[in-house]
Amino acid sequence: MPNALGLERTDYKGAPSTLCPGCGHDSISNQIISMAYDMSLPMHRVIKLSGIGCSSKTPAYFMGRSHAFNAVHGRMPSIATGATTANRDLIAIAVSGDGDTGSIGFGQFKHLVRRNVPMVYIIENNGVYGLTKGQFSATSDEGQRLKYYGLNELPSIDLCLEAIIGGATFVARSFSGDAKQVQTLLKAAVSHRGTAIIDIISPCVTFNNAPDSNKSYPYGKEHEIPLHEYDFIPAGYVQPYEEITADYEEGQTIDVEMHDGSRIRLKKLDKGHDPRSRHQAITILEQAQREQLFLTGLLYYEEPRQVLGETLQLTDTPLTDLPKEKLRPSKDTLDKLMQSFM
Amino acid sequence: MVVELQTNVQARYNGQSEPVVNDFTLMVATKNGSGSQTSNEVLIRSLFRMGIPVGAKNLFPSNIKGLPTWYSIRASKDGYVARRAVSEIAVAMNELTAAEDIQNLPPGGVCILPKEWKWGQRREDIVYYEVPVKETVAAAAVPADFRDRISNMVYVGVCAQLFSISLDIIRQALLDTFGGKEKPAMMNFGVVERAYNWAAENLEKVDPFRFEPMNETAGKILISGNEAAALGSLFGGMTVAAWYPITPSTSVIDGVLDYRHLRRDPDTGKETVAIVQAEDELAAVGMIIGAGWAGARALTATSGPGISLMAEFVGLAYFAEIPCVIWDITRTGPSTGLPTRTSQGDLLFLYTLSHGDTRHIVLLPASVGECFEFGWRAFDLADTIQTPVFVMSDLDLGMNIWMSDPFAYPEEPIKPGKVLRQEELEAFISEHGEWYRYKDYDSDGIAYRTLPGTDHPRAAYFTRGTGHNEKAAYSERSEDWVNNLIRLHNKFKTASELIPQPVTDYDASKSIGIITYGSNDPAVEEARDLLAADGLETNYLRIRALPLTQDVIDFVLNHKRVYIVENNFDGQMHQILRMEIPQDNRHMVSLALGDTLPMTAQWIQAQITRLERQPVQEK
Repeated sequence: MPNALGLERTDYKGAPSTLCPGCGHDSISNQIISMAYDMSLPMHRVIKLSGIGCSSKTPAYFMGRSHAFNAVHGRMPSIATGATTANRDLIAIAVSGDGDTGSIGFGQFKHLVRRNVPMVYIIENNGVYGLTKGQFSATSDEGQRLKYYGLNELPSIDLCLEAIIGGATFVARSFSGDAKQVQTLLKAAVSHRGTAIIDIISPCVTFNNAPDSNKSYPYGKEHEIPLHEYDFIPAGYVQPYEEITADYEEGQTIDVEMHDGSRIRLKKLDKGHDPRSRHQAITILEQAQREQLFLTGLLYYEEPRQVLGETLQLTDTPLTDLPKEKLRPSKDTLDKLMQSFM
Repeated sequence: MVVELQTNVQARYNGQSEPVVNDFTLMVATKNGSGSQTSNEVLIRSLFRMGIPVGAKNLFPSNIKGLPTWYSIRASKDGYVARRAVSEIAVAMNELTAAEDIQNLPPGGVCILPKEWKWGQRREDIVYYEVPVKETVAAAAVPADFRDRISNMVYVGVCAQLFSISLDIIRQALLDTFGGKEKPAMMNFGVVERAYNWAAENLEKVDPFRFEPMNETAGKILISGNEAAALGSLFGGMTVAAWYPITPSTSVIDGVLDYRHLRRDPDTGKETVAIVQAEDELAAVGMIIGAGWAGARALTATSGPGISLMAEFVGLAYFAEIPCVIWDITRTGPSTGLPTRTSQGDLLFLYTLSHGDTRHIVLLPASVGECFEFGWRAFDLADTIQTPVFVMSDLDLGMNIWMSDPFAYPEEPIKPGKVLRQEELEAFISEHGEWYRYKDYDSDGIAYRTLPGTDHPRAAYFTRGTGHNEKAAYSERSEDWVNNLIRLHNKFKTASELIPQPVTDYDASKSIGIITYGSNDPAVEEARDLLAADGLETNYLRIRALPLTQDVIDFVLNHKRVYIVENNFDGQMHQILRMEIPQDNRHMVSLALGDTLPMTAQWIQAQITRLERQPVQEK
């Protein structure tokens, strides 16, 4: 069935994947395709960005009609910053990995969220370096063992916690085996105005899928604790809005309205988490770390604060579309300026 | 040369020669952060207002406050603005360096120093003027907060009186320096006037130095290279500047901040230039590459350590063919080196920056005028050739104030290069039946690109630093790799016709040639005059960009001996010439200074004279 742009889901596909069969990343690519199709994203305005690593190969596998940029290792955030600053109309969807984001690109990741660069930033987190054949990453579990590299004695970095502390305005965690949740969170993320971080645990079937690894399919399937059930309500969807209570009370749903008028409706489950509280988000993540809980869902959401282009007070017209007369002051301006240096 | 100069000055001091007019150097020694910059600027502006050609060199420490700094102001009736190793007049305001400052004076020199030091007058071959600095400031009833800084105005007043700068000129220069603000200008002027009057009443002038009005600066401007670079960039259509602070490049971006209002959208009051202070140089260059890819005209400014950090990303931009402009205001390296000393030591590194087989375009401005011109031209070149363009200036050119003709308005319209927007892409596909990102349709090595956001189903392509074929698809085939590099080489050849061509002064009858680049130009020009006066006629070629052009190669081959003058230790341009000129090039002689200071004519003259008068045996 064609979407609002008259496109089929297949139009949103990319090249065939060259990742290992069963890789969690491929299922995320599929959810990106579904999200883009459902949301009728104009592919010419989408830019797909990535760094280096298995995850960073995936932009080739979805939305073949969108421009893509496979940058250097860990430094995709700066490419995203430059491209979205140059052209504010672009919809940036970036894919990174735990090595790309948690190690070599950690600094750029933190500064990206601090600047609130408008984009979707997906971390396909498998806790291991795949392309170099199985080294620990910064998100590997403390105490984990790998065949060749032995015991990991260092604590793991929680990228969601880092994002919240760094000033991110949309932070979620999901599991590549939970397709529905991934897709709903992607829809909300692409509707968010600001940096939307989604840390998706995405098992590496080749190097890190033993049942005792908390980045494995068996572990994820058994231990995932979704914080909410979600409904994504697209912008313009006609329904009795008044029925939704804005105030949050135990047991009720929470509606988070996105910049474009769409909403994500959260129905709290066991943990009863309100993503609008930064304090609660940090507390629940610290608890999860302590108790080895695999919590998924929208962890933190902040009313849109100004995005980088607004901070820089840029023109409404994308800088890349400015007419030539706005790019070069007149000869008269130069002559007057020269007078002032005499 | 030094011996000759000493004899002359001694003769003058003994009252046996004419006054020395508009042809000497005055050096002010102070402590960093003491506010002497303002006083020095007032002196320069005063001479400039008097119509006297003037050059300035600020020798400052890597420090916020307290370490010694020397500022030398050269007046030259003949228009020479290069640094001179010797200053005839020392204004010694820093007790920690005064002994050395006095020692460095040539016989017949002049020393101005605070009376309250009670230093005595040890040297008998120089003139001492002792000035009551503290007393003068105290008497001027200046608010206590300003007293330390304003005390520098005492030497301005004394110098004005001793060397004949009128108070009226000083007042004007103060107003210029304070941007027309009457109050601070007049507060400072009060101290100048008091010191001037004190000198008139109490000092007996016994030295021969003085300034006289000329008419050589009318219609000219005074500006630093970094400010000129900023203006050139703003007139070049720059839309994104990302940077990380580093001496001596910071003032490029300060200039952009100071003048971006020239580009503010008059209709909305919003900015057409995004200025992002990045977290480091890696991010800065990443941002401009992302912006350049999206179609912006993007720039960063940095120095050697920043260039080192940018190496990987620049390789990506080169290989993925993304335009961007990188200013390297060089300082002395390797490593942190001397952050506030000048050098041309990044040349080789820039030329081949990044791993693998890379060659870059490097523009080499020699004047503030070229900083402006290359400022806008660099964007046209980057967009036309679809590659990073480096502009290598240096601390001397970038941070010192230079005289110049007013900058000429860009004579060419903005050139966006081979960009296919929606309709153009449609037309291109109807004509060729296809469009592939890295295919060489025009046999010039330059392919056509599209920008993200182009509303056309066939506009998209995949940008990558990995191996790719002409369709921009990932490829591990060796023939795809080789074909791509061959095209990049052809593109580089095309570039050599588009970059600024060398400036040459050539006469077939002369057998000695000098080649230089960048900020050495004034010293070389002066050295050529000195050599000619001594019977050594030279030809001259100034390289304005890499890659080398045929003109440079011909120039080298058309001389019996060619001196390559540059300000780094290893003779890096000499190495590039040897690498790129396949013919016998043993007649090239490297004159590489690299002593952390701006080039002097005297050094060049001494080297060439020595080698020409006592030629080394041919190998």
